[in-house]
Amino acid sequence: MAHAETGQLETSTGIDNRKLFMWLFLASECLFFGSLIAAYLLYRGQHDVPCLGGDLSACVFPTDRTINGVEYEGIFDIPFTSVSAFVLLMSSVSMVLALAAIQRGNIRAMRIWLFTTALLGALFVGGQAFEFTEFYREGLDLDTNLFGSTFFVLTGFHGAHVTVGVLVLLSMLVWSGRGKVQQKDSLNIELVGLYWHFVDVVWIVIFTLIYLIQP
Amino acid sequence: MTLADLRKRQGIEAPEADDGHGGDHGHPSAFEYARIGVILAIITAAEIALYYIDMSRNLLIVTLIVLSAIKFLFVVLWFMHLKFDNRLFSTMFAGGFVLALALFVIVFSTLGGKLV
Repeated sequence: MAHAETGQLETSTGIDNRKLFMWLFLASECLFFGSLIAAYLLYRGQHDVPCLGGDLSACVFPTDRTINGVEYEGIFDIPFTSVSAFVLLMSSVSMVLALAAIQRGNIRAMRIWLFTTALLGALFVGGQAFEFTEFYREGLDLDTNLFGSTFFVLTGFHGAHVTVGVLVLLSMLVWSGRGKVQQKDSLNIELVGLYWHFVDVVWIVIFTLIYLIQP
Repeated sequence: MTLADLRKRQGIEAPEADDGHGGDHGHPSAFEYARIGVILAIITAAEIALYYIDMSRNLLIVTLIVLSAIKFLFVVLWFMHLKFDNRLFSTMFAGGFVLALALFVIVFSTLGGKLV
């Protein structure tokens, strides 16, 4: 009688239920982020409305604009965000290397790559926090205009997902330090990796559609 | 009664225990993962360079979307192992992705607005 190596009961598919659930969860996350991205794109270009109505405090835009002959400087810092995007992308590489390490039975290498992933993730979150603070200082917050609302909700939720991922990675590191993560537990690392890569993939989409492609 | 007990009673053999990798453990090596990482970094650099190049807007949009799609596929197929795993996972993820695209179509066709 075959038993899943992870000690799980037999399943009708022969696949571990946890992995099945993770993919189902990621499918639902596609819809979640899809709806937030759709909301941002739907209202893009309508950011000018409060500003044209004379409310100059709402004149904050992603990129440079000229309205009624007045030039407004955009607040996006593409070089800074590019570095952020690169950092998150590299964290995906370190995450998959951590999985490869534990599948080979190299716990030490797994710990090093897990730590690297958590560090890069934390760097990304720090960059986001810095970016949000800068935007706030330049007059953009949740209720400034449609751009502010949709941008902060979308990137805020993404940042929250990355933060949760970093906390989970640090937890795995602590567990590993206590000897509770061995080669037979590689599925746990794989599940964390799936979540982490998904978060990276969402940023790939956000970086392109929100930052690089401007109306 | 567990599934195992039921199978035993009915004389049905349990399926091979599968960690989802479809029995074929031909995963990329660490070197290959690193190589894919380099490719992803180059594509990201190309995207940023394109942003600063003066070109037709439509061409820029198409190129950026294509480059992003390539990065997306690399991460999903190789890093998330969809290429090597049980097809059920691909179906699930594709299902969510297709529903998200359908959401886009419905939102933009009913509420108007420009996608890009």
